[in-house]
Amino acid sequence: MLSDKRIIILSGHYGSGKTNVAVNLSLSAKKDYEKVTLADLDIVNPYFRSKDSELELEKNGVRLICSPYANSNVDIPALPQEIYAVTDDKTSKTFVDVGGDDRGALALGRLTPEILKENSYEMLLVVNSFRPLTPTPESAVEVAREIENACKLKFTGVINNSNLGEFTTEADVLGSVDYASGVARILGVPVVLTTVSSKLYGALKDKIENLYPLVLQKKI
Amino acid sequence: MANKVLMKGNEAIAEAAIKAGCMHYFGYPITPQTEIAAYMAKRMPKIGGTFLQAESEVAAINMVYGVSSAGYRVMTSSSSPGISLKSEGISYLAGADLPAVIINVQRGGPGLGGIQPSQADYNQATKGGGHGDFHMIVLAPGSVQEMASLTIKGFELADKYRMTSMILADGTMGQMMEPVELDLEVSPAPEKPWATNGTKMQRKHNVVNSLSLVPEELEKLNFARYERYKQVEENEVMYEEYLTEDADIVVTAYGIASRVAKNAVDEARANGIKAGLIRPITVWPFPKAPYKAIANKAKHVICVELSMGQMIDDVRLALECKVPVTLCNRAGGMIPSVDQVRTEIEKYAKEIN
Repeated sequence: MLSDKRIIILSGHYGSGKTNVAVNLSLSAKKDYEKVTLADLDIVNPYFRSKDSELELEKNGVRLICSPYANSNVDIPALPQEIYAVTDDKTSKTFVDVGGDDRGALALGRLTPEILKENSYEMLLVVNSFRPLTPTPESAVEVAREIENACKLKFTGVINNSNLGEFTTEADVLGSVDYASGVARILGVPVVLTTVSSKLYGALKDKIENLYPLVLQKKI
Repeated sequence: MANKVLMKGNEAIAEAAIKAGCMHYFGYPITPQTEIAAYMAKRMPKIGGTFLQAESEVAAINMVYGVSSAGYRVMTSSSSPGISLKSEGISYLAGADLPAVIINVQRGGPGLGGIQPSQADYNQATKGGGHGDFHMIVLAPGSVQEMASLTIKGFELADKYRMTSMILADGTMGQMMEPVELDLEVSPAPEKPWATNGTKMQRKHNVVNSLSLVPEELEKLNFARYERYKQVEENEVMYEEYLTEDADIVVTAYGIASRVAKNAVDEARANGIKAGLIRPITVWPFPKAPYKAIANKAKHVICVELSMGQMIDDVRLALECKVPVTLCNRAGGMIPSVDQVRTEIEKYAKEIN
């Protein structure tokens, strides 16, 4: 289901669920790849970071690269030098979790020349139809274009991560399929995955193509 | 699930304010509430409203003073250190009897503190929030849905009593995401005959001011203001009681701490302990009735706070010290765990038996 390109970049609207998808994808990639890295490029969010899943990632042998200040008591939007491993370490399957909107995507820009040179990447737009500022495919595409302009990379696919947290129903997910394909159609790229909580997976797996169960879900 | 959207608490506050007819927002970025300003910056231009990032918190609160004087619904938001900066302006709003909504998404303190969640501004919010004799109406949401509904309520109460309403949230409430129903009812702003919105040569000009040159007149204003506060205390108290009817151990908490406390109460009940929860929704006016109702029944009260213990004093007063009250807390930016609270419940359950 996942692309065999070496670098998988997850970007999208603020709060569309990129981090949760990135953590899950990098954990499941361990089945197919010996070396897996998750690089957290988020310079926007103070809370709810990939760092929250550090233990699970470590336990499963996924290398996490993130700001030393993530989840700390200071507000420093700095990235560690290890971030260059994204493009330097060509032996690792690498997922890149980009901060929300164009402001978050700006941090990705510094890696763009190397990513283009290697030319083995997918940049996936994570969408959630239930987010208030991107209620239509057109509004989601507007954000996608801003992101592309900020990081100078083009989207190659869409991940439909439409959900209402733990209150998501089957109907909610089914109803979001048209939305995601609408986004994909305008961008001229495919919907590569639709995510769903593991408890809804069984009921929906024959109804939606490329359905992917999210095993790890952080909640408070 | 019709019409539900998935929102961060901060976004819910911003959208609810717009729903309440607030077309003017002035702010200054500070973690963990910056999403309010970011959301307003995106939305306000699209609906013909005003978003302005002021040069400081002090400037923003004085812009609020100006717009409120002109009779419009207006809001500003910040987090703990920024609220301290605003406190002069908050006092001036009170002195001029101006309605406004102020959001405090609390972070650790004192001083610059930290950016993780906190409830350590309780005293600052409920005992005034600036110099002089005054109160704010202080609403403490316990879910993202309440971030929205209490923001609307805040605007309505502010207009009704010509007071400042504060939404006392914390970093986690601001950052966490939950489904929200935004199709909420809003009472339109009442007529404001006191507003400085132009006489149109039809009436005498209005003056909005917090300066009183004659001591007797200042006293009269303060007495009248406290008469109004008395009405707020009589009419606007909100709280939630959960399994308190037969409870030996009553846990009490507001905001994010109440969510943890509720889970701990459920776990304690599952283990056969008669535990319950009182959750103040207004922390000023503080709900005295639910505590009075348990004062002669409950054996022990546990106050859960993300501070060194501030609400605990109001709890003791409301109980008239008839029941022992102890604190269960974290204070550096962490949230007490369900385990921590349940262990505390179990400890006192053992002691009373």
